[in-house]
Amino acid sequence: METFLLPWRSLRRSPSFTGCDMEKKTVLRKPKGFIDVYKHKPGAEKDRTHYCPGCGHGILHKLIAEALEDFDLVEKTIVISPVGCSVFAYYYFHTGNLQVAHGRAPAVASAVSRANPDSVVISYQGDGDLAAIGGNNIIQAANRGENMVVFFVNNAIYGMTGGQMAPTTLAGQKTTTTPYGRNVKTDGYPIQVCELINTFTAPVYVTRTSLHDMPNIRKTRTAVRKAIMNAKEKKGFSFVEVLSMCPSGWKKDSLQSQQWIKEDMIPRFPLDVFRDISEDAEAVERPVPVMDPEEVKKIFGYSDFKAGTIQKNPEANFEKVFLRVSGFGGQGIMSTGIALANVGMEYDYNVSWLPSYGPEMRGGTANCSVKIQEDMIGASEVTEPNIIIAMNQPSLEKFEKIMVPGGALIYNSTLIDIEPSRNDVDIYPVPITGIADELGDTRVQSMVSVGAFAAITGLFDPEEIVRLMPSLFEGKPDKVLRMNEEAVRRGHNYVTENFSV
Amino acid sequence: MPRKLMKGNHASVYGAILAGCEAYYGYPITPASEIAESASTLFPKFGRIFLQAESEVAAINMVYGAAGCGQRVMTGSSGPGISLKQEGLSYCAGSALPCVVVDIMRGGPGLGNIGPEQSDYNQVVKGGGHGNYRNIVLAPNSAQEMCDLTMLAFELADKYRNPAFVLTDGVIGQMMEAVDLPEPVSEFPDKSDWAVKGTDETRHLINSIYLDHDDLEEWNRELERKYELIQKNEVLVEEYMMDDAEIVTIGYGSSSRVLRSAVDMARENGIKLGLFRPITLFPFPVDEIAKLPEAGIRGILTVEMSTGQLVDDVNLALKGRMISDLYSRLGGNVPSAVEILEKISELYGV
Amino acid sequence: MSESRKYPFPEIDSNICKGCKLCIAACPTNVLVISDKLNSKGFHFSEYIGEGCVGCGNCFYTCPEPSAVIVYLKDYVSEEVS
Repeated sequence: METFLLPWRSLRRSPSFTGCDMEKKTVLRKPKGFIDVYKHKPGAEKDRTHYCPGCGHGILHKLIAEALEDFDLVEKTIVISPVGCSVFAYYYFHTGNLQVAHGRAPAVASAVSRANPDSVVISYQGDGDLAAIGGNNIIQAANRGENMVVFFVNNAIYGMTGGQMAPTTLAGQKTTTTPYGRNVKTDGYPIQVCELINTFTAPVYVTRTSLHDMPNIRKTRTAVRKAIMNAKEKKGFSFVEVLSMCPSGWKKDSLQSQQWIKEDMIPRFPLDVFRDISEDAEAVERPVPVMDPEEVKKIFGYSDFKAGTIQKNPEANFEKVFLRVSGFGGQGIMSTGIALANVGMEYDYNVSWLPSYGPEMRGGTANCSVKIQEDMIGASEVTEPNIIIAMNQPSLEKFEKIMVPGGALIYNSTLIDIEPSRNDVDIYPVPITGIADELGDTRVQSMVSVGAFAAITGLFDPEEIVRLMPSLFEGKPDKVLRMNEEAVRRGHNYVTENFSV
Repeated sequence: MPRKLMKGNHASVYGAILAGCEAYYGYPITPASEIAESASTLFPKFGRIFLQAESEVAAINMVYGAAGCGQRVMTGSSGPGISLKQEGLSYCAGSALPCVVVDIMRGGPGLGNIGPEQSDYNQVVKGGGHGNYRNIVLAPNSAQEMCDLTMLAFELADKYRNPAFVLTDGVIGQMMEAVDLPEPVSEFPDKSDWAVKGTDETRHLINSIYLDHDDLEEWNRELERKYELIQKNEVLVEEYMMDDAEIVTIGYGSSSRVLRSAVDMARENGIKLGLFRPITLFPFPVDEIAKLPEAGIRGILTVEMSTGQLVDDVNLALKGRMISDLYSRLGGNVPSAVEILEKISELYGV
Repeated sequence: MSESRKYPFPEIDSNICKGCKLCIAACPTNVLVISDKLNSKGFHFSEYIGEGCVGCGNCFYTCPEPSAVIVYLKDYVSEEVS
């Protein structure tokens, strides 16, 4: 159990509270949330940031680092820094760090937060990164209510790349890509991200603060601490937008920059707590993965998969099955094929099943290829079938043409009233649909076909197929099993009673 | 061994769970959606993470995040989605993050169609994204291998800290075959020396930036050495009827299944045809192919469902001592054994 | 730190200060000034005039450089003393 100086709930009741009782501190110095010496930073200056004079990033960094130290969260925090001026945030934070692609921090953070559910995950993003290239990622992470904190530094410009227009650039604002000022008629309007995030149901805390003077820096400090505490308590998605100075990009000095935030940015980006439902938010729960091999096998049901144990029939009429099953969608074409492949597997044959695929799907008929043989199977598509099961007339016409001589042509005589044209194959008209209807459910015609196939090929014993019913119809009620068992027997018997096989 | 009839797409998900994959991040795309669907059904049963990402780009970046935290993680997609994932894959390679990507190839370019093709070969085998990097690429040709090679992909990804692909097409993904399910992996590599796990000792940095030119060159050299090591250690091939073969066909994935049928048919007609199948596409079996001209082979026919992507690598490996011919089908059409034999007859007079 | 210093007081690292003047603007008692001197990076740095600090912490919180400002507050006991 970890304890904190002040849990958030009590913080909130104190109106004068600024996030932490600064009075208890006897010194204000570089917080322990920062790395002592910036070892990842190239060059000699490992004691200072790469930020320009007067840049707001450093202020926000300090507030974050201080909160992490005060709440004893430095070790369990992971900071995600995407592209922008804060691409190098990992130089500074003494936390776990992931440097990521432009705009993708919320996506990366979503996975990081799931992988490490007890961590405080911080996505630290600028305006181009978050609201332009990464717009969808922030929207979706917010909407999922990911347990993370987003610090969104809005300085209305692309700083890192040298001052181009950002999605939050103000109307009329000059940048290196809006040299005549942002024209809202062609470039659109500055995007108000907090207002957008606030349209989603899931976020728990959405606020916009500013760094333009001391009172607002202190309000920002409060917001930073609250958002971090939310993540610590797994409250979900907290979003803190911070209006921040970019003196270099704006071509102003630091104080003019603060003035510009106050006079120009705030009218477009009003400071507010747009939402705070953190107190009532339920903690985000993540499951514990099952990794134990025995447990994994149990969940998969390994003990139920014992295929390949049924004795083959040495007297079978076919050594190899190259089968094409075909008919209208809804005639159980695929399930006939899958059932036969399954039964073949139980007899320890090599089997393959391939549904009609790609261009084959054109034309409204469903069909599948099934191969059953001793040897390893090459191509899974049956281009020269030695058996076909044709459930309707178009299928008969299409597939009898490609049959090899001496094969078995099974057709559904309930629906097909023309004679097959081939005279070099064995022909088995079986009233498949009719038998199924007699049994009371057209859907069992698949198993009628399976029974007929078993009788004609001599490959499978219908009673063995019946024994396999529970695995073929996993999870189906007994009644369905019984009806399908009967369908197999009736299909089988129809063939043995009407043809010599 | 427990045996179950299943689609290649599902077998890959079984393999992932057996390999200890803790998270699946994916975006729907035909013909790979079944992998995501299957993962969404199975992963929660094992307390593992399934998340449908908002985009292909988000999915690969989620993979980056999970991999950076030391999880075994996977995504699946098809051509257009793989194109979108390339930046993220480059980041994974640049940050040396192990992850597994299943690519069920479809017809291209552009929207193309959802029929089977093998035209992602170049974008997957050659790296695909920006920078000097390679993906480890395994090319299964059966449901069994979809399971086994997915498991192997996790092993190799971790061994080399590199993205590993399972590259196949809609035929292998859609086809159902019996799969003998292996034992679940019980031991996993310790990643605490680099993965970020939100603890004191794992405050590491996952990163691909090297501002200093010499540093970045050195990092690239290190990657280069890694790829040389993979090339040396991990090549997998399957040879069928190669001992006395006079003509060799080369193909991977679903084409290699058709080629196997073609070899059987050729042998019935007294034609000494053999099949050489690369199972790893990177590392490519360069040395094995280079030896073919020494073995009394008089013709080599590369068969692929793309316009000469695999054949380029075959010919590079042959170093001009022989030149492989090419037979290709495109647009979702799968070559048949008969048409391949006709081509062989036309080319080599048999 | 010299024990003769009167707490609270700020300590500004003249070498790290980038001379942005945010601290000077944030100081309620106007006890910080910009130096005439330049530091090694060519910045006119911020300086404490030596008295008048009330320990509000504004200069610390407004300074964008993590290491540039330390504020020793009223109750600070220096390491040497403790």
